[in-house]
Amino acid sequence: MPAVGRPQLIRWGVVAALVLFVLFGFPAFLSLYYIDAMTQVAIYSMVTLALGVLVGRVGLVSLGQVAVLAVGAWVAARLLFATTQPYPLVLLEAGLITMVAGTLIGLPALRLRGLYLALITLMLAGAITVVLATVNFPNGGHGFLGYNGGLIHIPPIRRPSLAGGDPAYFRYSVVVAVLMFLLVLAHIRTRPGRAWAAIRQSEPAALAAGINTWLYKLWAFALASFITGVAGGVLAGSVHYLYSIGFPTQDSITLLAVVLMGGVYSLWGAVVAALLYQFLPALLNNWGVSADWLIILFGLGVVQVLTTAPAGLADQVPRDLARLGRLLLRLRRTPAPVQPSGGDAG
Amino acid sequence: MIEVTGLTVRYGGVTSLDDLHLEFQEGTCGLIGPNGAGKTTFFNVLSGFVRPAGGTVRAFGVDLLSMAHFRRARWGVRRTFQTEQAIEQLSVFDNVAMVHEHSGAGAGARRRDVLDAISFTGLDAGPEEKVRTLGMGQRRLVEVARAVVGRPKLVLLDEPAAGLPDEETRHLGEVIRRIPEHTGALAILVDHDMSLVSACCETTAVLDFGKLIASGPTAAVLRDDDVIRAYLGVA
Repeated sequence: MPAVGRPQLIRWGVVAALVLFVLFGFPAFLSLYYIDAMTQVAIYSMVTLALGVLVGRVGLVSLGQVAVLAVGAWVAARLLFATTQPYPLVLLEAGLITMVAGTLIGLPALRLRGLYLALITLMLAGAITVVLATVNFPNGGHGFLGYNGGLIHIPPIRRPSLAGGDPAYFRYSVVVAVLMFLLVLAHIRTRPGRAWAAIRQSEPAALAAGINTWLYKLWAFALASFITGVAGGVLAGSVHYLYSIGFPTQDSITLLAVVLMGGVYSLWGAVVAALLYQFLPALLNNWGVSADWLIILFGLGVVQVLTTAPAGLADQVPRDLARLGRLLLRLRRTPAPVQPSGGDAG
Repeated sequence: MIEVTGLTVRYGGVTSLDDLHLEFQEGTCGLIGPNGAGKTTFFNVLSGFVRPAGGTVRAFGVDLLSMAHFRRARWGVRRTFQTEQAIEQLSVFDNVAMVHEHSGAGAGARRRDVLDAISFTGLDAGPEEKVRTLGMGQRRLVEVARAVVGRPKLVLLDEPAAGLPDEETRHLGEVIRRIPEHTGALAILVDHDMSLVSACCETTAVLDFGKLIASGPTAAVLRDDDVIRAYLGVA
């Protein structure tokens, strides 16, 4: 492996400091309302991360991620009601079971690309939504489905014993999200990441390099589904009660829009996308503005990003800020030219 | 050594390779012919992208056509493409390492092998540089580095000098000529630049309308009346 350079160390130091500030600074400064919003940001950053892997790294457009999230939440809720297993174990199991389901959704991806893949995943997501509306989320009932429509006192879905309160659960969510980001980083820096980059640019080149494109595409779907499943498990504990109405099929489309806006080629893009998807609505609600306006904003945002910054806001904003900084610096350093009297002849 | 027997490829009503019989012995061999002669189709058959209607290809005693396409790289087939296909998102090192890690060569020697392959091409860019920052000539060299890493047996070069200025073409020609002695592989060069083919290849085969019309020492083949007729379109 190449030696780690100084800029890389500085970058890691900044990221670690940022994570520590989020973990300990946010609960100290933010109200409970915003802590809850940031918990959702942490959870959805895993979902946008997973979708970013599919779209940005491998070039597979999936419109079924919210359904995959629902499957993860369902499995976790069922396990949390049925067993007394520790929460991390439940998250792992939810991730693995969702991985199997999500990989099945991904199977058509092995033959399809682009619009047709998007359409197939959307239809499958719709099918999952319909099934969930019928079987409902577990609410402490018995049997395989764990749903009892006659229950009057529905018990809340439990949280980990060390993260019962909202600030503690926020920290818990951030830690799980950081682990998922590291998992993706470990993938994209190594063999699968190289294979995905090749597949995204040119399948013939990937095949000629000896890459089993079938296997690596399936691997991408498996990884994305695992992460989304874990996110579903964290979501289950964060909201305490789950309803199928909370996972509408069309949300997958909005999700893709914010992922494109955030930027699919960098992991920061996933964080930006999650902030757009979960923090902006919380902000608007707090200001008394309907969050429905966001659909229009996201529509314009996607057009903006696709036309001026294909690598998304995560790439565009720092670049433009640096440009602005350089401009301001230059203005300060160079004294204003003395205007010759008589005005500009040119 | 490659032995091609009765190879036929049809796309609908078009016969792209027509009962082709051909042998490549060793070293760097040229494969030339007018546009549409079937050169790239032949490479696509060897890479496994095109399934022939009939015929066999034996490479060093192995039946190549019975192997799945992605397994052929592990066996030792490497190729470059007419339109350059260096992976832009990856560094030079990762572009080459990507081939090495699927070639069956040990991971322990990966760094050394990859750097060896890069330095063999004489690429004047650092291994950690991203390919998207490189010029066309440099990208072509990255492709050649990918083609020589990890014990190749058969290196297919599909117009590697297309669009390059003379200076870079000359350098590329030097590199291509040294591939067999450096790797022990048989290299086949498809190109329209006859000076490059003459400089690199001792023997050359000529295709026209999917049939072999000449083969032998390059200088003699380029003087062959049938070859001149095929290129100039004289009846």
